[in-house]
Amino acid sequence: MTDNGERRPSPDALLEQAKAETRGRLKVYLGAAPGVGKTYEMLSDARKKRIEGIDISAGVIETHGRAETLALTEGLDIIPRLGAEMDLDALLARRPEIALVDELAHTNAEGARHPKRWMDVDELLAAGIDVWSTLNVQHIESLNDVVARITRVRVRETVPDAVLERADEIELIDLTPDELIERLRQGKVYAPDQAQRALRHYFAPGNLSALRELAMRRAADTIDGQVRGHRKAQGEDAPWAAGERLLVCVDEREASAGVVRHTKRLADRSKAPWMAVHVETARSARLSEVERIRLAETLRLAERLGAETATLPGDGVTETLLAYARDQNVTQIIVGKARRSALFEMVFGSVVRQLIDRSSSISIEVVPEPATAGAKTLFPLISAWPALTSRGVVEALTMTLLASLVAWPLDVWLGVSNLTLVYLAAVLISALTRGLWAGLITGLMSALAFNWFYTEPRYTFTIVDPDNVLALLAFSGAAIVVSALAGRARQQTLSARTEARTSRELFGLSRQLTSAMTEDEAAESLARYAGRAFDVECVVLARVGLNDLRLAGASAASLDLTDADMAAARWTAEKGEPTGRGADTLPGARWLFLPLRTARLVSGVVGVARATLLTPSERRRLVAMGDQAASAMERAHVSIALEQSRVETEAERLRGTMLASLSHDLRTPIAGILGAASSLRTYGDRHDPQTRDELLGAIESESARMQRYVEKLLDMTRLDAGSIQAHLELLEPGDVLSAVAKRARSLAGSHAIRLEIEPNLPMITADAALADQAVFNLVENALLHGQASPVTLAARRSGDTVLVEVLDEGPGLPPGEEARIFERFQRGSAAIPNGTGLGLAIVKGFVRLMQAEISAKNRPDGKGAVFSIVFPIQVEP
Amino acid sequence: MSTPPSDAKRSPARSLVALVVDDEAAIRRFLRSALVAEGFEVTEARDLATARHAITTTQFDVAVLDLGLPDGNGADLIGTLQAAGAPAVIVLSALDDEARKVAALDSGADDFVSKPFGVAEFMARVRAALRHRVQMQGGAPVYDDGRLSVDISRRIVKIDGVDPKLTPREYALLHELVLHAGKVLTHRHLLSKAWPATEADVQTLRVHIRNLRQKIEADPDQPHRILTEPGVGYRLST
Repeated sequence: MTDNGERRPSPDALLEQAKAETRGRLKVYLGAAPGVGKTYEMLSDARKKRIEGIDISAGVIETHGRAETLALTEGLDIIPRLGAEMDLDALLARRPEIALVDELAHTNAEGARHPKRWMDVDELLAAGIDVWSTLNVQHIESLNDVVARITRVRVRETVPDAVLERADEIELIDLTPDELIERLRQGKVYAPDQAQRALRHYFAPGNLSALRELAMRRAADTIDGQVRGHRKAQGEDAPWAAGERLLVCVDEREASAGVVRHTKRLADRSKAPWMAVHVETARSARLSEVERIRLAETLRLAERLGAETATLPGDGVTETLLAYARDQNVTQIIVGKARRSALFEMVFGSVVRQLIDRSSSISIEVVPEPATAGAKTLFPLISAWPALTSRGVVEALTMTLLASLVAWPLDVWLGVSNLTLVYLAAVLISALTRGLWAGLITGLMSALAFNWFYTEPRYTFTIVDPDNVLALLAFSGAAIVVSALAGRARQQTLSARTEARTSRELFGLSRQLTSAMTEDEAAESLARYAGRAFDVECVVLARVGLNDLRLAGASAASLDLTDADMAAARWTAEKGEPTGRGADTLPGARWLFLPLRTARLVSGVVGVARATLLTPSERRRLVAMGDQAASAMERAHVSIALEQSRVETEAERLRGTMLASLSHDLRTPIAGILGAASSLRTYGDRHDPQTRDELLGAIESESARMQRYVEKLLDMTRLDAGSIQAHLELLEPGDVLSAVAKRARSLAGSHAIRLEIEPNLPMITADAALADQAVFNLVENALLHGQASPVTLAARRSGDTVLVEVLDEGPGLPPGEEARIFERFQRGSAAIPNGTGLGLAIVKGFVRLMQAEISAKNRPDGKGAVFSIVFPIQVEP
Repeated sequence: MSTPPSDAKRSPARSLVALVVDDEAAIRRFLRSALVAEGFEVTEARDLATARHAITTTQFDVAVLDLGLPDGNGADLIGTLQAAGAPAVIVLSALDDEARKVAALDSGADDFVSKPFGVAEFMARVRAALRHRVQMQGGAPVYDDGRLSVDISRRIVKIDGVDPKLTPREYALLHELVLHAGKVLTHRHLLSKAWPATEADVQTLRVHIRNLRQKIEADPDQPHRILTEPGVGYRLST
């Protein structure tokens, strides 16, 4: 930061400025409302410049018939307008040093070079001509809405903010509302009747004050921006106090939230932007989980209150903070004052003090923290131990007794000083297994026992030898050190165990989630797992549409979820932030709701309820589980959507083929009938008897064909509607087949059908009508596709079934199509014009109704295709 | 001005020969009955292969082609037919087969009939197509339906004896329609004739046809001279 190299202006910044220097300079007279005197002021300024001998020319001046203004134009070179608009080319050709262009927001008439006057101005500036222009605050694009809200009048003509930001100079033409109203009353702005109306609406005093404030702030903002730009170009290091910019320093302590709120109030008061910053140093790695969460929440709080937030890595808090503050033009840094003793600060130093020492031009505000904050345990590791229990006391006493028992016989051989080692061992074991308190008690008891048994005078507690005092101290010291070490080890073990448990849980959950096909299965897995892992009641609510939730999974059959709980859950879903117990929002509720997030959205909410609060580590584990479940839920959602669209596509395809089938299969016979009939009618007497007969025959056969098609469509429809019932009875397979053969022969000729029926076949269970139709359809299909080859109709026994087969000697089935051919509107081949694409689908439907089975394959001898229906038989007992 | 085919019977020198290509026996049967009654000799084919064979052995005056044949599109025969004596070509199409129908017309078919159709309509198309063939051989014709007369060679248009003052584009369109009177002309055909150099779209064509109708039709909303063939093009009634 203090390196000079960094303060040199960057080449980019200089280039930017070099470019700007060849351009003309734009000066804007900014006013809050019409009539404040922008044009007047501009003309007055122009007059002064002219006296100085500067060449000024006016492109457009709108005097609005105001006499005072008109008077100022006297002697001014005004370029005549081109139609209603400014004559841009004339002005460019005239090349004055300064061009006056009134009303920057004006929209040009159609046919002008630019649709907007500010674009004309841009061209003038680009040509190197300085431009002075006027603008009312309501025409600034970003303020358009605000102004519309204040005045209830929306202005159509707007100027992009960037135009104003590029202005080199902004002069705010300020007039108090009272003065302006007075001017209006005097008729200096509008004609009297217009003025009255204006006074009631747009120029109401409240409106004017608001607009005036807007104008002032806007002018100030722009100037602030220019100051920053200028500072960059100059390589300045010290911020210019153009406007307030606040920075609050955030750390993990509870009091930080209070400091953030304080800063927010400060920022509001001075309408200053503010930021909340945390500096991450090596110390941050040592923060506990609670502290980490608190820090994150403090930063979030700042964000919610409108701050920009940042976490800066750095070696030292002070340096990092100051460097950032200078870079961001911060004028004031707000820090909390930790309650620490003067001694502590002397030893460890104080960030606050360092900041004050080094901040130079940035002011530092120190906010005192409340007393409860910042209380730290001196020995955090020891505090991890469980409190002293009666069992601990008993064990401490037992250890002392044991040590005494071991030491007693050794007393004969060993010196007294060596016996202390035995007691020391007892202290160490106690401290190691039972913790600090047990260690200390063992130490104390051991010291007493040692004193009683082994120090002179024996069997008294009198301490003569100072060595014994030393022993007592040694015992206590050892107890403390060992228990601290053991405590640390124990905590590490604990956290390792927690880690292990977390990953085990996550692994188990993820295994379940991968097999979850639906959103509900995933939700159910999460609810069950979380319920078990944290011993909580758990609900998972999936998002329905934009604003609603539905119960998708729960850890128990009945859970107590009130309407208020649901409202809290919806809030969580909507905002993506926790609500309920232990959260910032509705902390008093029974349930805690956490959002289930994926990268794209909040897909639902997980809610947990338990008598005790979730610990931060539990909460973190729950969030991790939730993350997994959320992506599984989203995945399931997407796959269901995909499946749905696939089904829809399939239905669409079916509708398409059905329409094609209808149009082809109905129209073709109609074409034949109509043609034949019209031929008979037109040429009846000219046809010979044979032709006439042929035509009449065609009408008959085509009508029959249409009839068959319509029958099939009806069959299919009835099958779909489920209105066909099979009346199963015992039938002789030979009867069924010969009836079909007879019908088929009348259709195709006697030579076309062969019958092969095994003798002594058992009776089959079937519906007489359906079986007949099914087999007939198969024969019809075989005749159609068998290329006039003979069709064999066979029946034989096969185990406990009777197999009815229809064999043709045609080209066979296309490989892989064996199952597909039973789908409706599936035509085997385009070369078969008479197929309806329905026959086999109907056969399949009928066969199913009779609880029989159908299959199709190519004949093993390779001669053609074979369709088989397997009928169940009446098995003899 | 020309010899209608119905008169062919009376000229024993040579009767007209027709090729009927359709896979539906019923359709072939009644087309044959009608054509025979009108004095044609008829050859039938149920698919492309059979038709191709017939074309190599016989010189046809009319070919009737179904578009949806088991082994392909009947319109594929048009090229072969044009090389073999260029008979009048009528395509048979289904209503939902607009695209193939237009493609067939663009590739040289004279006309189309949509199934189902009556023989009277079919024979009218056959006659018109044959007449058109003869006309094309006879040079620039004069069209006169009693009120509208167009003299192609002298570029004179009269409606009830008055010049309707057509724009050059309108005249180009009318010229093309008169040249092929009775025959359906596809949008593309008309566009290529009236806008030879530029890319105009069907919408533009519609506008010019409407203007043309306003000048030469008694009731432009119910035209009886320039008839619309929906989705295909226009036809000058004869």
